[in-house]
Amino acid sequence: MKLDNIYKEEKKSTYAKLSEIIITMTSRPSGLIGLSILVFHIILAFISPYIAPHDFKAIDPTLMLQAPSAEYWFGTDDLGRDVFTRTILGGRTALTITFFGSLIALLWGGLLGIFCGLVGGKIDDVVMRIVDAFLSIPWILAMLLIVSLLGTSTEVLIPALGFFYGKGIVRVARAATHDVIAKDFIVSARARGHSNFSIIWNEIIPNVRDAILVEGAMRWSWMLLGFSSLSFLGFGVSPPTPDWGLMISNARGLMSFAYWAVIAPIVGLSSLIIGINLTADAFAKALGIDRSTKAPV
Amino acid sequence: MLFLIIKRILLGFITLFIVSIITFVGTEVLPGDACTTYLERQAFGEQLEACYRRLGLNVPAYERYVSWALNAIQGDFGYSLSGEMPIKDVLGPRIKNSLVLASAAIFIGIPIALILGIITALWRDKLPDVAISTVTIFAMTIPEFISATLLILIIAIWLEWLPGIVIVPTDVSFLELLPNIILPVVAIAMIMTAHMARMVRSSVIQVMASEYVQMAILKGVPYWKMVFKHVLPNALLPAINVVALTIAWLLGGVVVTEVVFNYPGLGRLVIESISNRDLPTVQALAIILASIYVSINLLADLLTLMLNPRLKTLQIRK
Repeated sequence: MKLDNIYKEEKKSTYAKLSEIIITMTSRPSGLIGLSILVFHIILAFISPYIAPHDFKAIDPTLMLQAPSAEYWFGTDDLGRDVFTRTILGGRTALTITFFGSLIALLWGGLLGIFCGLVGGKIDDVVMRIVDAFLSIPWILAMLLIVSLLGTSTEVLIPALGFFYGKGIVRVARAATHDVIAKDFIVSARARGHSNFSIIWNEIIPNVRDAILVEGAMRWSWMLLGFSSLSFLGFGVSPPTPDWGLMISNARGLMSFAYWAVIAPIVGLSSLIIGINLTADAFAKALGIDRSTKAPV
Repeated sequence: MLFLIIKRILLGFITLFIVSIITFVGTEVLPGDACTTYLERQAFGEQLEACYRRLGLNVPAYERYVSWALNAIQGDFGYSLSGEMPIKDVLGPRIKNSLVLASAAIFIGIPIALILGIITALWRDKLPDVAISTVTIFAMTIPEFISATLLILIIAIWLEWLPGIVIVPTDVSFLELLPNIILPVVAIAMIMTAHMARMVRSSVIQVMASEYVQMAILKGVPYWKMVFKHVLPNALLPAINVVALTIAWLLGGVVVTEVVFNYPGLGRLVIESISNRDLPTVQALAIILASIYVSINLLADLLTLMLNPRLKTLQIRK
């Protein structure tokens, strides 16, 4: 009877588990705020092309650096483009690139980490040395090298960010694998004669999934930070693409008299990064993972 | 113990070796080379050949790597291509300027982070904790270029208290530099302090929940005596490693901050040399920044080892 109950508990549907996690996340104010901001940004990213009041690349010299008005809610920039339109469109680029980048990072980082943790020995040593070496190159230098090597198109930026931000996930996935690998169920799976692949898929992944997902959520916010820093430095997406980093760096020189053109993208980018961070924190707490003692490598 | 230290140092050198290969290969496959960039439209025939010979680019890549690595160990990184100056001379003042910036930020940041972290941990979930934690989340997550831009907008442009952009020659004396670096230092210290304060907080909370602290409370040890004698020494030890990693991670942030403030340090050199395709300088910068990262971590490991007798018999935590 009792065993039966435990079995039922284990077999909860994915949907039930998900709604439980979301309820736990939103039970704290920080999680609720974070998730609302993130959902708001995601919805905005989907609908912004349909609600944008002006053309994001329409240049009009007669409308240069207009203060906010009823027609131009957030004013205009140095080329007479509508700042409100560009701000609400700016999230699309950032969210799309960093979301798919994080997916790639999760996939390769997670799988390589699990593989290294499981196999151990020489292969593990060599891979971890290389990961360490990549970790010790400052992210900005590495990203600049990759971008100047391959260009700044979306097809390059997504895998480049995904590759570079995955190396930290390798460490986390490996450590999480080490934690479960000595457990009895792995030993018994081995004794039953399961292959490495079957052990990874059926035994390890369900047990390390949470840790890797939390790490991936955190990487997402750092990737967003890295991506917009690149744009800000002029190595990210190229103009006239509406992008927050690019908008801030363009409007910065004139901010002593046209502060609105720099404030709008700053609010957009900051709120999205804070939203992702708070959500990731709440997600970690809901899954019972403490990540406040980890350094941002 | 000695064996462990030697092992860590060796691993550090292996890491640097791999970094040097990665950057060498990375810069090698960049399209275009120094000569085509330098000569621009005249990059063909006789002149191109002469340029290759002059810069030694006509020998195979692996030979160049070996000779470059041998010289780099002795501190000679060759010549910068854009300025045609020895990289040593270019780097020297830049390293000094960046060190001033970083160490000022660290010296301001660490004490503030300790105090904030301890306050938030001891008054956990009370008003001081909620207030400080909210501020640290903001300070920690907002990108450097945004906080730096906002600092310039508010303090330099609206309030006109301090210069917003550093306009000084590269080799300026420390006192002349001081008013110029306040804003950049604040911008860097803000993020670093917020990170460290959060780590100190969770570390102190963990120790406060441990059994020997409960025991001390039950024995009636006065609260503050317990905090300073039993909690803090144990809580701050594991924080050292994390703080080291944070400092190393901030090297990237320093680059962005230097660009925003137009500060003549290593960070701006990174951007300049990559834009100019000045590959020898890029390689030198990669090795130097990676060495800083490796040595900070090594130092933290050794410090933890020396301060914690229990770890002497165990393997070093990585």
